Amino acid sequence: MADKVLEVEHLEKYYQKKHVLFDINLSIQQGEVVTLLGPSGSGKSTLIRCLNGLEEYQKGTIIFEGKKIVPTEKNWQQIRQKIGMVFQSYDLFPNLTVIDNILLGPIKVQKQDKSAARVEAKKLLKSVDLEDYADVYPRELSGGQKQRVAIVRALALHPDFMLFDEVTASLDPEMVRGILNIIKGLANMDNMTMIVVTHEMNFAQEIADRVVFLENGHILEQTPAKQFFSKPKTDRAQAFLDSMDF
Amino acid sequence: MAHSGISVLLEGTNFTRLLGGLWVTVKIAAIALIVGIVLGIILGVLRTFKNRPLRLILRLYLEFFRIVPTVVLLFLFYYILPRQMNFNLPADQLATLVFALWVAAEMSDIVRGALISVPKHQRESGMAIGLNRYQLYRYVLIPQAISLEIPATINLATRVIKTTSLLMLISVMDVINIGQQIIEANNHSHPTGVFWVYGLIFLFYFLIDYPLSWWAKRLEKKRLERANG
Amino acid sequence: MSSSWNIIQQSLPMFEKGFVLTLWLSFVGIIGSIIVGLICSLVQYFKVPVLHQIASIYIEISRNTPLLIQLFFLYYAFPVIGIKFGAQLCGIIGLIFLGGSYMAEGFTGGFNGVTKSQVESGKAIGLSRWQLAKYVVFPQGFSLSVPAMAANVIFLIKETSIFTVIAIPELTNTALDLIGMYYRSNEYLFVLVVGYAIILIPLSIILTLLEKRVRYGSFGN
Ligand SMILES: Nc1ncnc2c1ncn2[C@@H]1O[C@H](COP(=O)(O)OP(=O)(O)OP(=O)(O)O)[C@@H](O)[C@H]1O
Ligand SMILES: [Mg+2]
Repeated sequence: MADKVLEVEHLEKYYQKKHVLFDINLSIQQGEVVTLLGPSGSGKSTLIRCLNGLEEYQKGTIIFEGKKIVPTEKNWQQIRQKIGMVFQSYDLFPNLTVIDNILLGPIKVQKQDKSAARVEAKKLLKSVDLEDYADVYPRELSGGQKQRVAIVRALALHPDFMLFDEVTASLDPEMVRGILNIIKGLANMDNMTMIVVTHEMNFAQEIADRVVFLENGHILEQTPAKQFFSKPKTDRAQAFLDSMDF
Repeated sequence: MAHSGISVLLEGTNFTRLLGGLWVTVKIAAIALIVGIVLGIILGVLRTFKNRPLRLILRLYLEFFRIVPTVVLLFLFYYILPRQMNFNLPADQLATLVFALWVAAEMSDIVRGALISVPKHQRESGMAIGLNRYQLYRYVLIPQAISLEIPATINLATRVIKTTSLLMLISVMDVINIGQQIIEANNHSHPTGVFWVYGLIFLFYFLIDYPLSWWAKRLEKKRLERANG
Repeated sequence: MSSSWNIIQQSLPMFEKGFVLTLWLSFVGIIGSIIVGLICSLVQYFKVPVLHQIASIYIEISRNTPLLIQLFFLYYAFPVIGIKFGAQLCGIIGLIFLGGSYMAEGFTGGFNGVTKSQVESGKAIGLSRWQLAKYVVFPQGFSLSVPAMAANVIFLIKETSIFTVIAIPELTNTALDLIGMYYRSNEYLFVLVVGYAIILIPLSIILTLLEKRVRYGSFGN
């Protein structure tokens, strides 16, 4: 049996009084690609933000690579080097060039050797067709280019696990394919473990090993991808797929 | 033998005289604010119209009041109105006028800034449903601009109140002027009186301004929270 | 009676002295204010125990009382408890006492203006609290605070006109003295306004350009 990278047990999350995640149980194997689907407001972003310590949770445990996470800011800071995250709003640091955006984590956080890190960053940039953009500022990039840099920035830390939250949602349609291909490459070639939140159903179907379907903060079903997209277990998931024009 | 300075405040009518001076101060600030805010709203709305000469004149008006320090404004009016224009006003009314014109200038900028920050599509959707200009301002633009304006306006009020400390320069019998009289009259018997009188005036100003700025800060924080979802 | 032009010409050397003094006092006061403001805002950003509370109290007192009373206190009240400064030093101390809190609020506003998503992106690559401040919050926060800083600079220069109440011979005081001696208010007030305009108009143009540049340099719009 493959190693479990991440386990979530009985996680509960409140925003002040508002209960947004209910008894979340989830476990992810090494190399597995999970897509997290569900209607808007169902708690997808909140869930993956909890997995990266950007949100506090009130109950439950998260076990990462066999170790229970004690959720202090210090611990999370260590763990985040192992868990890469890319957001919808491709937030590059506007005050740093592309290459400095990428190198900030490896050099300052992980104290990697500068020239080696730079060589690697260049290689990563090349892999997303941006080798000529190393020294420009983010303002000179298109949305799709920024998002590719954001992915590279996360990968430069050599994470064991990646979280993607609707990374194509604010991009023009012609940019979307390129980003999705990068993620697909990560899944297939590099065997990266990941959770992907997306509204692109075709993409979800291509990439997912398993689908976790969330509604109103509850996991309604966890189903192997093939089965989910042909015949999900719950009517709610079926209705969701129908509504997605899929 | 010198008495303890603090007793200056309690002697005779000193304390009530100071309160009386404070009342003069507050009255001038209040009237100037009311008149200035009303005038400033009108000017601010006018500054969002397309008419270029009008906008230019109002802009110059604002810049003049922005560039000339308030002390200088007071003296400009103090000397020039009576001597050049033969227009004699008691000092307290003159000060009220100057402050009101100054408030109007600052207010016009606050109002204009808030109005132009309402997204363009709001203005266009209003016009698309056939609102005329008055209705557009009344129902669409002003209500949305107000949450931006209110904290800035309260902050302006705190500035005006602080600026009333300049009244003594043109011999208005405000709280500071009266304080100085009390200090001088008691200088022999209470050499440390100056500490207590100015201390009390310091406290007066703080007690008026602090709640206002606290309120403005709170409104601003709420607005930002709402804006960031 | 001499013509207005003559009156103005004769007064120019005195105004020149006042002008230079206004500039000098403003300069020292503004530099001091920026230093005090920076210290206070850093102490508040990092929530340094005790100092953080002291800074808050100082800021509230300074922002909510008039400079004129602050100066009277320094100049007239402090000597009775044995602390005595010359008028110009009082002016500078008063201006820094006032300006420090305005600058602190400007910096703090800038730090708070750095968006949540920027902070989260920083956290997501594992930056520590200090690294987050150094590489994300401060560089962006300082750029964001430039407009407030610019407004404060103009504000503080204008506030030096209040120094006249403790008889520091800056621009305003020079004009009022001359009016008191020669009763030519129109001429002297004219020179006075021109004096402030010469300082403030070019300065505000420069500051506006600077704001645009910094904005573009840091955020690209
Ligand atoms: N900062 C917050 N404060 C209070 N409530 C919040 C906050 N963020 C999210 N929520 C609420 O939590 C619930 C889940 O939100 P979340 O953003 O996780 O949904 P989502 O599934 O990612 O939706 P979408 O597909 O639209 O991105 C929603 O009801 C939302 O209103
Ligand atoms: Mg979401």
